[in-house]
Amino acid sequence: MKYALFLGCTIPARARNYELSARRVAEKTGVELVDPEDFICCGFPTKAGDMDASLLMAAYNLALARKRNLDVCALCSSCTSALSEAAHHLSENEEDLATVNERLSAVGLQYEGSPKIRHFARVLFEEVGVEEIQKHFEKDLNGLNIATHYGCHYLKPSEIHDGFDDPENPKSLETLVALTGATIIDYPGKKTCCGGPVLPVDEKTAMRVTKGKLDNLKTAGADALCLVCPFCSVMYDGNQKSIEGEYETEYKIPVLYLTQILGMAMGFDRKALGLNMNVVKTKDLLKPYF
Amino acid sequence: MGAVDLDQCDSDFAKELAQQPEAEKISACFGCRTCIAGCPMSAVNDTFNPARIIRMALYGMKEEILESPFIWLCTSCYTCQERCPQGVRITDFMTLLKNMAVKEGHEPSGIKAQMSLTKGQGRIYPLDDFDNKKRKKAGLPPLPTTCDVIRDLFPDQI
Repeated sequence: MKYALFLGCTIPARARNYELSARRVAEKTGVELVDPEDFICCGFPTKAGDMDASLLMAAYNLALARKRNLDVCALCSSCTSALSEAAHHLSENEEDLATVNERLSAVGLQYEGSPKIRHFARVLFEEVGVEEIQKHFEKDLNGLNIATHYGCHYLKPSEIHDGFDDPENPKSLETLVALTGATIIDYPGKKTCCGGPVLPVDEKTAMRVTKGKLDNLKTAGADALCLVCPFCSVMYDGNQKSIEGEYETEYKIPVLYLTQILGMAMGFDRKALGLNMNVVKTKDLLKPYF
Repeated sequence: MGAVDLDQCDSDFAKELAQQPEAEKISACFGCRTCIAGCPMSAVNDTFNPARIIRMALYGMKEEILESPFIWLCTSCYTCQERCPQGVRITDFMTLLKNMAVKEGHEPSGIKAQMSLTKGQGRIYPLDDFDNKKRKKAGLPPLPTTCDVIRDLFPDQI
C-alpha cells in the first residue's frame, strides 16, 4: 500500500502528535506514505465563502497526486471529505470541470479523474485490517475506558465515502480501539459534531456544542476520548481548559488520536507518539502502560 | 421575527434558487423538522433553524436570509442532509446561501480572514521557520514555508 500523505493545514501547525503517531503506525503496518511538498489547502475552509475556489484547490491537489500516480491518504476528516466531495462533483459537472481545467492550466496541470482518496483510519480498518494490526501489538490496554468520536466528515456525506461505515451506526473506530484491549464507553450524542466549523463565526455557540459532548463523556465515565480529526481535537483538547473556565466545571478528559492509542499498543514510547504534545495531560492516565 | 410581508419578498428568489443543484429540491420540504431534531447547532442556539430557512427561501425572503447571522451557524455536519426524508440537500443549500451572502458583501470577518489565508497563502495556518524547527525537533520532515502555485491559481487575490 502506497499513498501520498495529505497533511492539510491544521496538522503540520497544530497536531504534530497526530502526524508523528500516524507515521509510526503506518510504518509498522506496511502503509508507505510519500510526502509531496506541493499540496495546498484542501479547500474545506474556503467552501463556506467560495465554493468555486474550494473546488479549484481540491482539484489542484488531486490532479497533482494523479500526475504522480499516487493515491491520497489524509489524516484530517475535513480534508478527506473536501477532496472526495470535489472529485464527486467534478465527475458529474462537465461545465465546472472545464472551468477548473482552464484555471489548472496556469500551473501546468489538468484534472483527468481522481486518484483514490482515503482517510487513514479507513485505510487501517479496510485495507490493513484487524489481523495485521493486531500482529504488531505488544501491550494490552486493558483497564482504559475509551469513548470514540467519529466527527462529521469522516463518514458524511455518505454518498462520497462509498458507505464503508454507517454514519447512523458506525463501528470502524470502536472496532479498532477494542483490538487494544481497552473498554469502549458508549455515551449519548456519540455522533454529534464538535462545533469546530462555527468557531470563526460564533465562538460561544461553537463551544456550547463542544461542551455538550464533554458533559456526556464525564457522565458516562470515559477516561479518554479517541478521535481522528485535528480540528475536532482543537475543540475537545485545545479548548477544553477554556470551556472549563467559562462554565466553572472540570473535565480533565485526555483526548487521544486513534493512532496514538494503536501506537501505544504497538509498544511505541510516549515521545514517539507525541503524547507529550496533547494539551490535556495524559501522563497520569497512561502511566500504567509505559 | 415579526409577521412576513409577502409584498416585501423577492418572488424571483425561489426561481433563482431552483436553478442551483444545491437548492433544486427545497420545494419538496414538507416541514417534518427531522433536520432540526438532529441539528447540533439548533440544540444550543435556536436562532438556527434549517426548516425555517428553507421556508423563508421559498417565500422569497432573500435579504433577510443573506443578511442574517444565522446562516453562518450551520456547521456543515451533514446530519440533516443524511436524514432528510425528501432528499433535500440541506447542508449544501446552507453552503450555497453562505456563498450568495458573501457575493452580496455580507461575509463575517472570520470567514473573510480564512479565505484570504487560503486563497492568498495556500494554507489556513501558514508555516514559518519556527514551525519547521519544531517539526525537526519532533523528528518530522520540513515543509515549504512559501506557496508559489497559489498566486497562479488565484491571480486576482494579490
